[in-house]
Amino acid sequence: MKILRIFIILFLCMNFSQLHSNETNNILKNKILKNIRCLICQGQSVYDSESDFASSIKLIVDKKINKGLKEEQIYAFLRKKYGDWIIFDPQLNKNTYILWLLPLLFFLVGGAIIQKKILKKNEK
Amino acid sequence: MKNKFILFIVITFLIFCFVVFYKGLNNSNTYTPIINDKKRIPLFEAKDFNSNVYLDSKKIFNEDIFYIVNIWASWCVPCRTEHPLLMQLSKSQSVKLIGLNYRDNFNNAKNFISEFGNPYSIILIDKDGTLGIEFGAYGVPETFLIDKNKDIIKKFVGPINQEIVNEMKLIIK
Amino acid sequence: MLANQIGHYSLILGLLLSVLLCGVSIKDLNGSSKQINQNILSLSFLQLVFVIVSFMSLILSFINSDFSNETVFNNSHTTKPLFYKISGTWGNHEGSLLLWLLVLTLFIFLFLIKSREQPKKYRILTLLFQQIIIIGFFLFVLMTSNPFNYLFPIPTEGLGLNPILQDPALAIHPPILYLGYVGTSIIFSSSLAAVTQNYISKEWGQHIKKWVLLSWIFLTIGIMLGSIWAYYELGWGGFWFWDPVENVSLMPWLTLTALLHCIIVLERRAALTSWVVILSITTFTLSMCGTFLVRSGILNSVHTFANDPARGVFILIFLFILIILSLGIFFFFHKESSKKTNNFFWLSRETSILLNNWFLMYFLSVVLIGTVYPIFLDVISSEKISVGPPFYQKLIVPFLIPFLFFMSLGPKLKWIKSKIENKNSLIITFIISVMLTFFIIKNLTTELLFHTILVSAAFFLFFTTLKELFIKKFNNVSQTVAHFGFSLLILSILFNNILSSEITTNIKIGEKYSYSKGEIFFKKIEETKESNFNSIIAYFEIKNENGNIVELSPEIRVYNQPVIITSEADIKTTFLEDKFLVMNLVKGNEYFNIRYQVKPFMIWIWISVLLLSLGGLMSLFKKKYEK
Repeated sequence: MKILRIFIILFLCMNFSQLHSNETNNILKNKILKNIRCLICQGQSVYDSESDFASSIKLIVDKKINKGLKEEQIYAFLRKKYGDWIIFDPQLNKNTYILWLLPLLFFLVGGAIIQKKILKKNEK
Repeated sequence: MKNKFILFIVITFLIFCFVVFYKGLNNSNTYTPIINDKKRIPLFEAKDFNSNVYLDSKKIFNEDIFYIVNIWASWCVPCRTEHPLLMQLSKSQSVKLIGLNYRDNFNNAKNFISEFGNPYSIILIDKDGTLGIEFGAYGVPETFLIDKNKDIIKKFVGPINQEIVNEMKLIIK
Repeated sequence: MLANQIGHYSLILGLLLSVLLCGVSIKDLNGSSKQINQNILSLSFLQLVFVIVSFMSLILSFINSDFSNETVFNNSHTTKPLFYKISGTWGNHEGSLLLWLLVLTLFIFLFLIKSREQPKKYRILTLLFQQIIIIGFFLFVLMTSNPFNYLFPIPTEGLGLNPILQDPALAIHPPILYLGYVGTSIIFSSSLAAVTQNYISKEWGQHIKKWVLLSWIFLTIGIMLGSIWAYYELGWGGFWFWDPVENVSLMPWLTLTALLHCIIVLERRAALTSWVVILSITTFTLSMCGTFLVRSGILNSVHTFANDPARGVFILIFLFILIILSLGIFFFFHKESSKKTNNFFWLSRETSILLNNWFLMYFLSVVLIGTVYPIFLDVISSEKISVGPPFYQKLIVPFLIPFLFFMSLGPKLKWIKSKIENKNSLIITFIISVMLTFFIIKNLTTELLFHTILVSAAFFLFFTTLKELFIKKFNNVSQTVAHFGFSLLILSILFNNILSSEITTNIKIGEKYSYSKGEIFFKKIEETKESNFNSIIAYFEIKNENGNIVELSPEIRVYNQPVIITSEADIKTTFLEDKFLVMNLVKGNEYFNIRYQVKPFMIWIWISVLLLSLGGLMSLFKKKYEK
């Protein structure tokens, strides 16, 4: 059974190994579009939306990629026009320190508490 | 003692959350941010509606007066309700109206103008909607007020009404 | 119309019964008899009956398209197929609240029946706490969200049901989800009751475990149905968007999973008692919180119900009353279990469950903070930001690696104290996992190191649990099946993510589009008319490199009431991959925009969640066969 699985995976590998060399631009474009909020839809990304706004954004992103702009620059351009809200990935700036660091803080505090509890028990 | 401390923290935190959520309820939830800091108008090139020639933005906004950029389309129903107000505004000497014809069919747009009147000094063609994005627009209708420093100082999403017109008139005096 | 009256008065009677039940119960608390007053059982049953009657009345109004009822008017239409007229009952805010009441009253009645060997005071207190919740919801419905409001003059036609809600998966998604979601109310009530009675013990753990499992199974399947609906119906090929409403169903699931593991400890020895109570309170609190976030209009999402701040205020206040009440009871009544039983060696199953809790609480904090942070930021500083999939992925995925390892090792440890047996076989399994992963990943993606580690961890769990299933050394099949299901889930999601491909293009009828892997041929379109929409079906033939042709026919529907255009994707599913084709109109053109995706192992994602639930189901029935 394991051998069959390996065969299947090998088969897929051979089919898909070419994928990245030919269509990296498309993949980058899709990655960016998935990260942009469609502002006139409720909670969808531009990638998922068929609205007018989304189509226009798709064209602009296309143009910018062809002009050679990097991902971060395209986000910066859109942020300037519409505010941080249009990009789904929250940047790490003064508004979002708590957002990113609080869960990690919980993790560390939780770990410390558990460590203390276990070590305390070990001493007994 | 330790328990009481934890209790105090938890209660304070809960009260804080309650207040935030309560206030959050009363805030608008449609997330339409108003412009907080002034933004320069974008630099662009667009096709003129009547002459089919490409115009540069610097030339379009070259006069030392206020400008109103209005995004419209013949297929947009609310645009018809706001059109008479635009005609009203176009009579003012201290402001010029620039129209952005958004994702429209040329003939339909032309018919719209001849039927309802032309308040615009210049009409630009925005066939694919990308010019609207340069202005930070969501769609149609949308109106921008631009001051003499070429900064966008007001943005109105949706059709303008008499109240908005009065507000703009006060500013452009 | 008569149904309207009956429905409305049933609700009022149900509320009055709640008050009566509270009175009778409090009296019985101090009563001398050892058994619970039989009247309580009868009254509780009667309350359930009233809620059922009310619910049926609403369904009847929907079936008859009785537009004198405001809810029916807002959400239905005469041309709706019967099945969706019925499911439209709970597809709206008011109707879904009736579903809440139904599950609340049903579960307390079932609890009373199934808990006859439990201490009397504990049962009565559970009933009382549950009645507090029930009264709250009765008041909420009757005061702000009455499904039986009368409209005059009576409209001849309704406003219709959103067509994307007219789907079989979505029709059963709310009832199943609510059985899970709302079912956690019984865990909440019984934990509070048990705390006041100092009854958080092994016996109580064994008793409450059934209820935890029941809620957990329904919640898991409910969430899966929601994802299936999103995948098949929304047309974009995704199944999880980290949308606020999805997050809100995931959060109770995380705490419920943690609670389940703590109960497994509790039923053997009286340890982790604080965890159990806090998690019980938290799970239901999160359910209520979710209700608040979704129905109050405070969040912006594809799933939200109609926005009404007034309702939001009610739920907010109700929610905080519950939180303060439950925390108050916890602080006041909870006694730390004696030091003796809390001792366990660092290398033991108890520790691994603690670690499991630690990680689950971390995941919970990520989802919770990500979902509510924009609200806090907006209120405090008027800045609006979005928190979307990249945030959750960046914070959760790396932590899955140690989590998967702990999942593999934990069940191998014995209770109280253990040493790792069979170290050699574990190491061999680990090496096989890593090598297999490396061999696969090498050709696929540039982020080699990260993906290798992640997939290896998943494979490690996969192989260790697979081995368990065949060797059956430990008598814990249900747990192994569930953990195996989880490993399969992670593997399916990872490989689906890495191996998915898509082509987007504009194409005309009769045109052929060639790309690196094959050719898409747009054969023809057919237009037909259904009961409440016009249908445009497009026929495509897609040829891959080997010359195999697959036929796909996506559809565009133009609904009549309300006027909405939807795209229905055509999906061909095999065990190996899904082929997904969706089509959209391009305005003012004879072109159609198509998106063709190949998504490997899609069906394994659903199968693995079913395996997860199967594990839970096996545990639920375990006591009858094994001991």
